[in-house]
Amino acid sequence: MMGYVLRRILQMIPVLLGATFIIYALTFLMPGDPISALTGERPLPEATVAQIRQAYHLDDPFLIQYGNYMLGVFRGDFGIDFFGRPVMGLILERLPATFALAMTAWVLKLFIGLIIGVYGGLRHGKAADHFALVFTVLFMGIPGFVIALGAQTYFGVHLGWVDPAGVRAGWPMAFILPALVMAIEAAAGLARLTRTSLVDVLRAEYLRTAKAKGLSDQRIIWGHALRNAMIPVVTYLGLSLAGMLGGAVIIEAIFNIPGIGGLMVSSINNKEGTIVVGIATMLVLVYLVFNLLVDLTYGLIDPRVRV
Amino acid sequence: MSNQTDAQQTPLLQVHDLRVEFSTSQGIATAINGVDLSVSAGQSLGILGESGSGKSVTARTIMGLLDTPPARVVGGQILLEGEDLLSLPSKVRRSLNGPRMAMVFQDALSALNPVHPVGRQIGELFRVHRGYSRAAAKRAAIELMDRVKIPAASSRVNDYPHQFSGGMRQRIVIAMALALDPQLLIADEPTTALDVTVQAQILALLKEQQVERNMGLVLITHDISVVREVTDHVAVMYAGRVVEQGPTAQVLSAPRHPYTRGLAESVASEELKGSRLPAIPGSPPDLLNLPMGCSFANRCWLATEECNGRVPTLTELGESRATACFHHEEVQPYAAHSR
Repeated sequence: MMGYVLRRILQMIPVLLGATFIIYALTFLMPGDPISALTGERPLPEATVAQIRQAYHLDDPFLIQYGNYMLGVFRGDFGIDFFGRPVMGLILERLPATFALAMTAWVLKLFIGLIIGVYGGLRHGKAADHFALVFTVLFMGIPGFVIALGAQTYFGVHLGWVDPAGVRAGWPMAFILPALVMAIEAAAGLARLTRTSLVDVLRAEYLRTAKAKGLSDQRIIWGHALRNAMIPVVTYLGLSLAGMLGGAVIIEAIFNIPGIGGLMVSSINNKEGTIVVGIATMLVLVYLVFNLLVDLTYGLIDPRVRV
Repeated sequence: MSNQTDAQQTPLLQVHDLRVEFSTSQGIATAINGVDLSVSAGQSLGILGESGSGKSVTARTIMGLLDTPPARVVGGQILLEGEDLLSLPSKVRRSLNGPRMAMVFQDALSALNPVHPVGRQIGELFRVHRGYSRAAAKRAAIELMDRVKIPAASSRVNDYPHQFSGGMRQRIVIAMALALDPQLLIADEPTTALDVTVQAQILALLKEQQVERNMGLVLITHDISVVREVTDHVAVMYAGRVVEQGPTAQVLSAPRHPYTRGLAESVASEELKGSRLPAIPGSPPDLLNLPMGCSFANRCWLATEECNGRVPTLTELGESRATACFHHEEVQPYAAHSR
């Protein structure tokens, strides 16, 4: 077990290198010059610009820049921005809001998606199943920002149940509406996956065996079918939590939540490469860690892949 | 094993004129079209037939395991010690599975739940039907695994199905079926998925347990040699009907139905060495569209006008034999026939 975890952590290194390299290269290729973006309409003297460029190694060849950056990352140093603030600090400052939003959304999604999916799967082919299908297709089809703006206007402005934007109310009130919007969109996919998986399992031979053993329908569903049906669902759930951390950008912008997404967007506008790459690297890391956690949980519910 | 006085008592299982249909996208398929069977305690009945003949559907109908829809039992009776299973409420009927009758499936790997240890799957029968504690159920499971000759049962009770070999998995399925000492055991192609050497062991185990417990055994197979080895009586099925039945040795050596004759002949033997293996020409009829007369008529060398006009019913021939053929007297005994 420990050997497996260690091996997996070692496997993360090439993935991390590859992913950061691509992100770093893309940032490097971004049009515009970071120094002129910094100063705006009043250009600095040539000498000062040259000094800044040297201080930030901006004139070094791309590979040297990347190499320096990665050396820092492996020491836990994500570099500094143009105001000298450590990038790590900026990210950590913004991370709690994003984390609260993503976790709340994920838990809500879990409940909504599993309930609709299991219900649809058990009533496979009946009216309730068709209703669930229509619901999921509807919410998969409508773009997220439309739902977000609609919900913000209706519940935030019209009914006034929650603040339309901002995090002054704190958790949970400030997060409940944006999280619900994210959850409903993501729950549609989860519900469909759960339903399909359950329908497949309900046709399995071992459920016929369970009937031949004289077990009641309840026992067959709760004791034999659901755990098998959850095997693909768990993989999806774990990866989607990581995805939600990175995918909250639009929702954060609409609901004015000071999270990672907002920081990322403003840094791209300001050409602050260190922050963009820092956030992306962080998200890649989070994704890899969740991936590992999923694979370890997977063995708990499916003994066939136990390590 | 068979014993004439046994057969004259109320049989353990009687199936009368059972009819099952499946609705498919192309129409109604008649899977079972008036099946009659009878098994007594301590007797083993083989149901012999090719795929699509209705033998597995018959087994599932008896156990109440058909998916309805698409399947539908349209007529007949299934009597277990005189009690009609088809008239029982579904919950009552389900509760008979395990203590009164049990089933062994073809593919043990897919018949076992992959995420539960085997001991738990065997013990579940004791927990549900007899209210055993977890610990007592586990002890009972170990004991059963011992009885079906799984080596080191007590250390393997917590293993999962995928950790066993094919033969051992089938033993676990058998242990599960035998757990509550059922009166009737239905084995649906129990050895088809196994190696030949393992097949013999599993058949010997089934036979031994059947004799020891005085169970009624219904063994479904397409393999004549399995029927010959294990069963006292045999019912030959074709296109959803029983076309011939009687004591196994007699039916196989002196068939009274051309289909049985064809089956017996198509088995490779020493005397056929070097010559082409005889096969029955043609293929079974379309179950969506059964012919008006005998289903076998289009493949039969004895068929006449009469055969195409009406269905021959299963008729007693004496000596507990029966056949559904107008021309049964013309069917030559297998041994006397040569090419």
